Amino acid sequence: MKPAAFDYHAPGTVEEAVALLAELGDDAKVLAGGQSLIPMLALRLTAFDHLVDVCRIPELQGVQQRDGGVRIGAAVRHAQVGTSPEVAAAAPLLTLATPLVGHFQIRNRGTLGGAIAHADPAAEYPAAALALDATMDIASPTGRRTLTAQEFFTDLWTTAMEPDEMLVGVTFPAWGGRSGFAVEEFARRHGDYAIAGAEVAVELDETDRVRRCAIGLVALGPTPERPREAEAELVGRPVSEIDPAEVGRLAMAGLTAVTSDGNGSADYRRRVGAAMVARAWTRAVADASTEGAA
Amino acid sequence: MSDVQVELTVNGQARTATVQPRLTLADFLREECRLTGTHLGCEHGVCGACTVLVDGEAVRSCLVFAVQAAGSEVTTVEGLGGPDGELSPVQAALRDCHGLQCGFCTPGFVVSITAFLRDNPRPTDQETREALSGTLCRCTGYQGILRAVQQAAGAETAR
Ligand SMILES: Cc1cc2nc3c(=O)[nH]c(=O)nc-3n(C[C@H](O)[C@H](O)[C@H](O)COP(=O)(O)OP(=O)(O)OC[C@H]3O[C@@H](n4cnc5c(N)ncnc54)[C@H](O)[C@@H]3O)c2cc1C
Ligand code: FES
Ligand code: FES
Repeated sequence: MKPAAFDYHAPGTVEEAVALLAELGDDAKVLAGGQSLIPMLALRLTAFDHLVDVCRIPELQGVQQRDGGVRIGAAVRHAQVGTSPEVAAAAPLLTLATPLVGHFQIRNRGTLGGAIAHADPAAEYPAAALALDATMDIASPTGRRTLTAQEFFTDLWTTAMEPDEMLVGVTFPAWGGRSGFAVEEFARRHGDYAIAGAEVAVELDETDRVRRCAIGLVALGPTPERPREAEAELVGRPVSEIDPAEVGRLAMAGLTAVTSDGNGSADYRRRVGAAMVARAWTRAVADASTEGAA
Repeated sequence: MSDVQVELTVNGQARTATVQPRLTLADFLREECRLTGTHLGCEHGVCGACTVLVDGEAVRSCLVFAVQAAGSEVTTVEGLGGPDGELSPVQAALRDCHGLQCGFCTPGFVVSITAFLRDNPRPTDQETREALSGTLCRCTGYQGILRAVQQAAGAETAR
């Protein structure tokens, strides 16, 4: 089907964009890569009188090193995230997650900011942002604010941004030392949204104990999820004594709102989720162990 | 709702039209430029039949509004063959390997495979399967298409 008619705006600055959003109110929506919004418009699941295209705003472009981490403009395309050396150095989890986002034709258009603002719990980037403690730079007509990923994802496809706010960029703090990363997910076909997935970061100390770890869960609740209690139980333990299957069980233990749908029941998703966590843990630990082994 | 003027280059030719903002790039190409080689299967991003190159990158033209592509260089399947109708190496390989029957999905495969092999001239089998996964064929099956990519990869490097 064809989308309903709308007026098109292409502001040149963030200030112009949020002023438009404030002026036009509920009738307006931000358009970025369009890879989620245009299908919804085409299927007439939603309609807006005004679309505000943010992809021509210079401030939303580019990838920069920042405080050892990396700051990615909201309009940076998935393809650029996947090949950026700055991203690979500071946030390898994003580099690993990128090939799993849809297909290469989607990744040539979709933007990091769009994927994060869309806040799909089955999407790869929101879970990575939560696991890596990313911070969101948000602009409104009255100024700027920064939210943690934890504060940002509030519910299914819902964020803490107001309708007249927009995402300008996302900053991922670096993981140093002997860190390892892995992403595992299960989907019926390559490029589909995952039935369940896990994104794991782990840092080891000189004695091969877990210094810190982070687990982002994909498609295991209304928002991307992070089993913080499981992470806390693993910190300080010698990594050789940790059974990956136990990590999988621990990660699923605190989940309270796993969804059931045509792709799988909540029970099935938990079993797949536990297996994905176990696999990702094993690979992340192996990856960390090769880093300047003690 | 106000119309917008869109200027872009299609297969090397400048094109200007005043269109509704909701007109997709796919419909711009088919209706304004009369280039009906770009096919529309689903119109919501799933089938890949509508794939074209925008500034060299393969994208789904049903998920781009023409106005978003203003100022870009677009290449459609019509722009990939020789001027006298000579098949491109990818098109020739699809024909040789029986990579098509009805041909509905073929423009999307031709454009996607062309971009894929340009960026990855010697792909592994796994890389090729992943690259093909974004385009759906409902009648030929994928084995011939897979073989066509392998043949075209050989042809490109032999040239
Ligand atoms: C066939 C297909 C398969 C896909 N598979 C996957 C997959 O496996 N995994 C996955 O993660 N994604 C998948 N996607 C979605 C893709 O990653 C999208 O690109 C992404 O979800 C949205 O990014 P976008 O730039 O296209 O945003 P848009 O579609 O333009 O926008 C999405 C939403 O975010 C809002 N928004 C966008 N940018 C901003 C901003 N800067 N500030 C405030 N709000 C903003 C919009 O208003 C809209 O509500 C798939 C898409 C398709 C068509
Ligand atoms: S018509 Fe564009 S992806 Fe199906
Ligand atoms: S050749 Fe008929 S759909 Fe692919």
